Amino acid sequence: MTEPQQSIGLRVSRYRPETDDAPGWQEYDVPLRDEWTVLDALNHVKNEVDPTLSFRWSCRMGICGSCGMNVDGEPRLTCGTFLVDHLPGPVRVEPLANFHVARDLVIDMTDFMEKLPRVKPWIIRDEEMSVDDGEYLQTPEELDAYKQFSMCINCMLCYAACPVYGLDPDFIGPAAIALAERYDLDSRDHGARERLDVLIEHEGVWGCTFVGECTKVCPKHVDPAGAIQRYKLKAAKESVKAVLLPRGAR
Amino acid sequence: MSEVRAYRRTLSTWWWVRKPSYFLFVMRELSSIFVAWFVLYLLLLIAAVGRGDAAYQDFLDFAAHPVVVVVNVVALAFVVLHTVTWFSLTPKAMAARIGGRPVPPAAVIASQYVGLAVVSAFVVWLVSR
Repeated sequence: MTEPQQSIGLRVSRYRPETDDAPGWQEYDVPLRDEWTVLDALNHVKNEVDPTLSFRWSCRMGICGSCGMNVDGEPRLTCGTFLVDHLPGPVRVEPLANFHVARDLVIDMTDFMEKLPRVKPWIIRDEEMSVDDGEYLQTPEELDAYKQFSMCINCMLCYAACPVYGLDPDFIGPAAIALAERYDLDSRDHGARERLDVLIEHEGVWGCTFVGECTKVCPKHVDPAGAIQRYKLKAAKESVKAVLLPRGAR
Repeated sequence: MSEVRAYRRTLSTWWWVRKPSYFLFVMRELSSIFVAWFVLYLLLLIAAVGRGDAAYQDFLDFAAHPVVVVVNVVALAFVVLHTVTWFSLTPKAMAARIGGRPVPPAAVIASQYVGLAVVSAFVVWLVSR
């Protein structure tokens, strides 16, 4: 019988903007432990082997959405990706696809941060109630209507999986549209019209060709692909109404 | 703030062969060309029928040409792919509800096949009666 594997290779993409013209590969060897994730392996490298390696992480429990990287070509939260699932290795770790690389495994998220507020992902009221009037109440059914879409942690895995975003960086992208849907479906919100004005553009929902990969890679089961297609239906209905109905009846 | 000299990556022309799901997606997009071909083929058939027996016979000769047969076999395969993939994606686009209860995705998909069968049976009846 062969000895059980004691260590596993990491093939990590490195990019140091002050010296490198393009990213290159660096190999590390890390101990193989059943409970170790790719993030644990990277932290091991950072602490014990090579302190110059840069990557983002925070909660290490799938809540914060910071540690998204491409692992063996698939966008993953590295804190939820176990080394033992990538035997015999080496595990290929790259920065999230489709984004510019700031350093090593750190992507430049400026584009996403600029797109997110465009869909106004907050509750918009026609008339704001005063604090003295109490809360905006909701039934469990009203909560269920949008709850799934509210699970998004802005990890950007869906952008890394989306070839449309890769080909056309102006596309507003899966997470932003899913978040627009999250607020549109909220019974307390009156902002659907304002969001539709943004999303009805070509770079909005119509940019999506329904590849469906965003939903497959989403670690929180948000289903952005579903949200986008439903939004298309909504946008199409509004367009038809705008043509057929007099202004007052829309 | 100092400017970050970020490395700009571009998507390779061959991005769609890297992953089976991307490949299937591109094939699904490509299938629309073959759907268009079948529409054209049908229009040519109708036009030929409208112009009389001789034109219809010419169309049958054209349709029996080996190249046309091969094109149609390939087109049929793509149209089947088109149908199956779009049917399976429909529940994503339609959050259908009946009596306030969500309809399970499998039921949405199944209803489309039932619809396809009904329409196909009607066409067969129309042509063969």
